[in-house]
Amino acid sequence: MQQGTLSKALKSGAIWGFIAFELVFFSVAGEFLSLSDKAFMDFDNMLLLLKQSAPIGIIAMGMTIVMVNGNIDLSVGATFAIAAIILLESMTWPIFAALGDWVIPVAWLLALTAGTLLGALNGLIVWKTGVDAFIVTLGSMLGFRGIVFMFNGENPTSHLNWTLVDFAEAEFLGLATASWVLLAVTLVIWFVMSRTVHGRNAYAIGDNREAAVNAGIRVGPHMMINFAIIGFLAALSAVVFYSESGSVNPNDGQLYELWVITAVVLGGTKITGGAGSVIGTFGGVIAIQLLRKGLGHIGADTSTVNLVIGLILIAVLFLDRQLNVKGKEELKV
Amino acid sequence: MATLTKQRIGSVLAKQGILIAFAVFMIAFTIANPKFLSVDNLFSVVRSSAILGVMALGVTFVVISGNLDLSVGSMMSFSTIVVLDLHDKIGPLLAIPAMFAMTLGLGAFIGFLVGYLRLNSLIVTLGMLSAIHGLTLTYSGGQNMDIADKEGTWFSAFGQGTALGVPVPILIFIAVAVFLGAVLSKTAFGRKVYAVGGNGTAATFSGIRRARTVFTCYLISAACVATAGLIQASRSMGSQNTVGQGLELEVLAAVILGGASLLGGSGTIFKAVIGVLILGFIQNGLLLLGLQFYVQFVVTWVIIILAVWLDIAAKRGKLWSPIA
Repeated sequence: MQQGTLSKALKSGAIWGFIAFELVFFSVAGEFLSLSDKAFMDFDNMLLLLKQSAPIGIIAMGMTIVMVNGNIDLSVGATFAIAAIILLESMTWPIFAALGDWVIPVAWLLALTAGTLLGALNGLIVWKTGVDAFIVTLGSMLGFRGIVFMFNGENPTSHLNWTLVDFAEAEFLGLATASWVLLAVTLVIWFVMSRTVHGRNAYAIGDNREAAVNAGIRVGPHMMINFAIIGFLAALSAVVFYSESGSVNPNDGQLYELWVITAVVLGGTKITGGAGSVIGTFGGVIAIQLLRKGLGHIGADTSTVNLVIGLILIAVLFLDRQLNVKGKEELKV
Repeated sequence: MATLTKQRIGSVLAKQGILIAFAVFMIAFTIANPKFLSVDNLFSVVRSSAILGVMALGVTFVVISGNLDLSVGSMMSFSTIVVLDLHDKIGPLLAIPAMFAMTLGLGAFIGFLVGYLRLNSLIVTLGMLSAIHGLTLTYSGGQNMDIADKEGTWFSAFGQGTALGVPVPILIFIAVAVFLGAVLSKTAFGRKVYAVGGNGTAATFSGIRRARTVFTCYLISAACVATAGLIQASRSMGSQNTVGQGLELEVLAAVILGGASLLGGSGTIFKAVIGVLILGFIQNGLLLLGLQFYVQFVVTWVIIILAVWLDIAAKRGKLWSPIA
């Protein structure tokens, strides 16, 4: 029993230990290797890091719910791109011309609605057909991306609205808008997962679907709501990011699903469902961004970042297995 | 009696659904545009599907054994870059086996992690997708690879040559498919792959070495990826670092279309080939109909979900999922 709590504490603390290790390592290594004089653990640098974590981080919160629920969503990158195009394109529609800058909230609303509906569509298909979420979202990942390309071919969609850019670049109490959104989303999803019936049911369904059904939990609607949430968050991530940049390429968001899943798994969520925490995911998101920034700080290029993140993901999986030695009933082959 | 026939029709439809769908597509496209069924067009479709197809054959083994392989796309980029680089350094005769050895090494590493250490294959190959991409970039220094003397080498034969009037990529695809089809359906190893994927614990109790079987499946997958990389390199004689990016999902789509279950234990090489051809012919047919290139992705989306849905609906005997 005691060992159980110990390994649990080790696991939930592991990601923060890893972050601390990264901070120390890059600070020390930076002294010797970095080309710039600035210290790595500079306060402004850390604030920038939080802002840069936002696009992946916001989606990762949704992925945590979906994975705890025992599903997965591979289509988030494509949903992200669709929402971005709707956001930028709808601001140029003639019917909204009379609105002036009031077009901004309308565009936001349209993009967020589209994301929510696309997510709900995934959830509805998973629920009603019983096809595995991996296959359903693999398909919609191709389909949604096809829609993105059908809209404007290989060309970027651009529209710059300076009021919008000012809003996105605004800072409040030292934090950029994107950072605030990330923190708010983390807080809300944390509340949903740990303080509401819906959250408890998500854990129950992911842990043992049969038991959840027998306990009278309506599995289908819960899954659909969770897919709608991740669709909404993918769109929100696009809204935050493209309010500032004002131009979207049809390839944008590709491989986001992989980054997001990496962050969620690093944060300790089980790929088979039933276990995971929003705070852990937040740690995973920060850890990945630290790694990217830190490796850049000591002069490594993107190729090293890819290599290291891939190997760390595998190492985490291995350590996780070693910490959860149930082994006795399992066959050693 | 009537219900019995109905059920029978239903189960035939579900079991052979993918073949029926294939036939319907071929007929519809032919009616819409007679050029569709011309020999030239058929060859060009199969030739351009060959790279995806060879990779799908290997992934079929992995999927039947109850695992996933998301790393094949970035592994294909790796082997393409390596063989192009080594071609100019040590000559094609040595470059090809060296590239195969390196790619098999990567496959062995994944096989060790998934087979012997029993780590989750989705996460392991997701990690390897990223890691191998990094490895490729490190190897090439981020540069595109080109063969300097494109005319004076026989290396182009694998991708551009023809033998007996048939393009070589098609011949390679057929040869690999026939060989792996025989391995899967006619050998003891093939039966072990199904056993391990169908019920790993039962297979272990009946004396099958699960770890070794899974390990071998990943080696087969890596060998197929190396072959695909060879065709790709030889066809273009030069390449970017990201040539295989995203292919892992198209490969998986083809394998799933062919009716292999992601839970393992079912699927055949023949149906995987049909899955690959369906993807290829849909793309080609939609283009001949004058539709935009990107429409194929939306069509593929619908077809994948319909194919898997009908498959499991037939197994459970109900169209709609019983989930409340």
